[in-house]
Amino acid sequence: MIKKLFILLAILLPIKAQALIEVDITRGNLSPLPVAVSPLSIDENSKKGFEKILKKKDIGSEISIVIENNLKQSGLFNPLNKDAFLQKRDIAHLKPRFEDWALIKAQALITGKVTLVDEKLRVEFRLWDVLAAKEMLALAFTTVPNNWRRVGHIITDKIYERLTGEKGYFDTRIIYVAEQGPKTKRIKKLAIMDQDGFNTKYLTLGNELVLTPRFNPTNQMVTYLSYFRNLPRVYLLDIETGIQEVVGDFPGMTFAPRFSPDGKKIIMSFATDGNSDIYTMDLENRIVERITNHPSIDTSPSYSPDGKYICFNSDRSGYQQIYVMKSNGSKVKRISFGKGLYGTPVWSPRGDLIAFTKLHKGKFYIGVMRTDGTGERLLTENYYQEAPSWSPNGRVLIFYRETKTDEKGEGFTAKLWSIDLTGYNERQVSTETDASDPSWSSLLSN
Amino acid sequence: MIRNVVISSSFHVLIIVIATMSLPFLTKKPIDLPPIISVELIQITDKTNIPFAPKAKKIIEKVKKKEEKLVSEQAPPKKVKKEKPDAVPLPDKEIEEVKKIKEKKQNPEKIDNEVKQVSEFEKEELFDPNSIAALIDKSKEESAETINKTDKITQDQDKNIDLSGLTLSEEDALKAQIFGCWSIPLGLPYNKNLLVRIKLKLKPDGTVIRSEILDHARMNKPGQEFYKVLAESALRAIKLCQPLRVPTTGYERWKDLQLNFDAREMLEG
Repeated sequence: MIKKLFILLAILLPIKAQALIEVDITRGNLSPLPVAVSPLSIDENSKKGFEKILKKKDIGSEISIVIENNLKQSGLFNPLNKDAFLQKRDIAHLKPRFEDWALIKAQALITGKVTLVDEKLRVEFRLWDVLAAKEMLALAFTTVPNNWRRVGHIITDKIYERLTGEKGYFDTRIIYVAEQGPKTKRIKKLAIMDQDGFNTKYLTLGNELVLTPRFNPTNQMVTYLSYFRNLPRVYLLDIETGIQEVVGDFPGMTFAPRFSPDGKKIIMSFATDGNSDIYTMDLENRIVERITNHPSIDTSPSYSPDGKYICFNSDRSGYQQIYVMKSNGSKVKRISFGKGLYGTPVWSPRGDLIAFTKLHKGKFYIGVMRTDGTGERLLTENYYQEAPSWSPNGRVLIFYRETKTDEKGEGFTAKLWSIDLTGYNERQVSTETDASDPSWSSLLSN
Repeated sequence: MIRNVVISSSFHVLIIVIATMSLPFLTKKPIDLPPIISVELIQITDKTNIPFAPKAKKIIEKVKKKEEKLVSEQAPPKKVKKEKPDAVPLPDKEIEEVKKIKEKKQNPEKIDNEVKQVSEFEKEELFDPNSIAALIDKSKEESAETINKTDKITQDQDKNIDLSGLTLSEEDALKAQIFGCWSIPLGLPYNKNLLVRIKLKLKPDGTVIRSEILDHARMNKPGQEFYKVLAESALRAIKLCQPLRVPTTGYERWKDLQLNFDAREMLEG
C-alpha cells in the first residue's frame, strides 16, 4: 500500500512542477483590420479590349476600388493608402514579399489580375495572411464585362466571409421609395440600386403613391403598397421581368405587407372599422388567414427566419409595444417594456435579434433587442427616423431619416442611412434623390 | 411470535426516538450562513509594490539613520535644565524646587571616592548607562537577525511562485500586450463556443518558436468555419505582438505557455 502511494506521489509531483502556465485572453480590439487592396493587374491587350467595351481605362483598378470601398463601408476593415505600397501590382502570380506588407502594418493583402478571354471578363484574386505569410483564399470569376461591379461585390463577399466568419452582404440590392418635390406635393417612385448606391433604376413612374416595398427573401420578387383610387393595394413585382400584379382586393385598408421566410406567403395587416388585425395570404392559392383577433391595432408583422414566430406591434396594453406570437397567432407575449412607443419590429435573418423604431420624448431611435425582449440597445437617435431593414447577414441595418423643415416649409430631406450592430459605424447611403422605406435584398449570388 | 414482534417494534421505536432527539438537523432550523466572499490570493512583485513618495522616502531614511545612530552610539547623558532665577515658577515646579533645595542642603558636598558596600540585589538597580547601551545593541542585533530570517522566508516564497505560474503583474503585462494586438472578428456567432487554445514555445526574449492550436481538428469541421476564423485571428495577434512581454527571469517556468483566446465576452457586449 505504502509502495503504491509512493509511486503515485512520484508520478504526480513532476506533473505539478511542470504544469503549463495558462493565460486567458478575453479582450481584444474592435478596431478595423488593416487591409491592403493591391490594384488588380492587367496586361496591355486586355486593357485595350476593356477600354473599347467598357470605356474604362483601367478596369483592374476600378474593380479594386469597388472592393476597397465595400470593405471600408463595412467598418470592419481599414484599407490602407495605396501610396504606401512597396510592391507593384503585377505580383498576382508570385508570392508577395510579406515583409514589405507587414512594414506598412497590413494584416491581409488582396492581389489579383484581370484578363479579357473570349470577350469575357476573367478576374482572379488571392487573399493573403500577411503575418502568417500564407494564402487564405484564391478564386477566379468569369462573366460578361458589364458585370464588373458585381464581380467586385462578389469578391468582397468572399473576403468578408473568410476574414469575419460570416456571410457578406455586398452583392445585394436595396429597394426604396425615391422621393422628389416639396413635402406637400411629393412624387414617390419605386427605385432599386446596388447596396453601394450605384446602378439606380426606377421601377414605377411616380403617378401613384408607393409605400413599404419589401424583398422576397428567396428571390428577386418585391411586394409593396400602392394607392389605386385612393385605396392602398398590395402589389407583387418581379424585378427581373418587370411584371407586376395586384395580390388581391381586400376590404378596408391594407398595410405593411412582408414576405414569409420561404417566400410563399405575404403577411400584412387590414384595417376595418377602426380595428386593425394581422392576416396572411398564401400566394399559390390566395387563401387569406386571420392571425390576430383583437380590438386593438395590430400592425407591422414580421416572421422569424424559421417561420415559427411572428413579431408585430400592438397597442393592446394601452401604448404601442412589440409582441411575439406563434405563427398561428397563439401564445401572444409582450416583449418590449421600456419607456416610449415601439414600432416597426423586424426579425433579424440570423434569428437572434429584433430591430425596432422607438419614439421617446419626441426623439426617434433605431434599436435592437433579443427575441425575448431582453438586452435592448438603442443604436442611433435622431429627430425622425424609422423603418429598419436588415442586411442579409444580420449585421447591418438600413433605415431612413428625415430632417426638419424650416419656417418657410423648406429644408426637408429624407435620406437612407445604415448602421451596424456595434452602433459606431453609421453612414449615409448615397441615393440620386431623397429616399425612404428601404428594404435590403438577399445575396444575389446565392 | 407476538413477543418477537413487540420486542422488534419497541426497539425500532426506541431507535427512531433516539435518532430524532440526537440528530441536530431534525430539530434545529438551518443555520443562516452569510454569503460566501471569494478571496483571491495574489503575489506581490516589484511592479505591484507601490514605491514611497519622495517626501515619505526621505522621512523614512531619516528615521532609519536615527535608529542606526542609536545602535552605534551610547545613550547620551540626560540634559539638565539650567535654573532660571528670574522665571516665575509654576506651583508644581515650586514644590519640586523646594524638594531639590532640601536635597542639596542634605548633601552639600560631592563624595567621589567613597566606597559603598551594597548587596547584589542593590547592584542591579544601580543605573549603568553602558549596560543599557549594550542591551540596546543586543536587541538591535536580534531584530536584525529576525529581519534577515524573514527576508530568507520571502525568498523561499518567491521560489515557490517561480514554480507555480506567472504573478498577477506578469500576467497582466502579457494580457495587456495581446489585447492590443488581437483584432476580434466581429461576425462570429457569440452564442457558440468561442474558445481557442494555443500552446506556445517561447525563446527567452519572448519570440515564438512554435505555436500549436490545441483543438486543431475543429478547424476543418463542417459548421465550425467561424472557429477557423477565430483561430487565425488569435495566431495573427501572437505574431503581431511578438516578442511577447514575458518576465525577464524564470525562463524555465514560462518557456511553454498556453494562451486561451475567448471572444465571447467581447461579442456578447
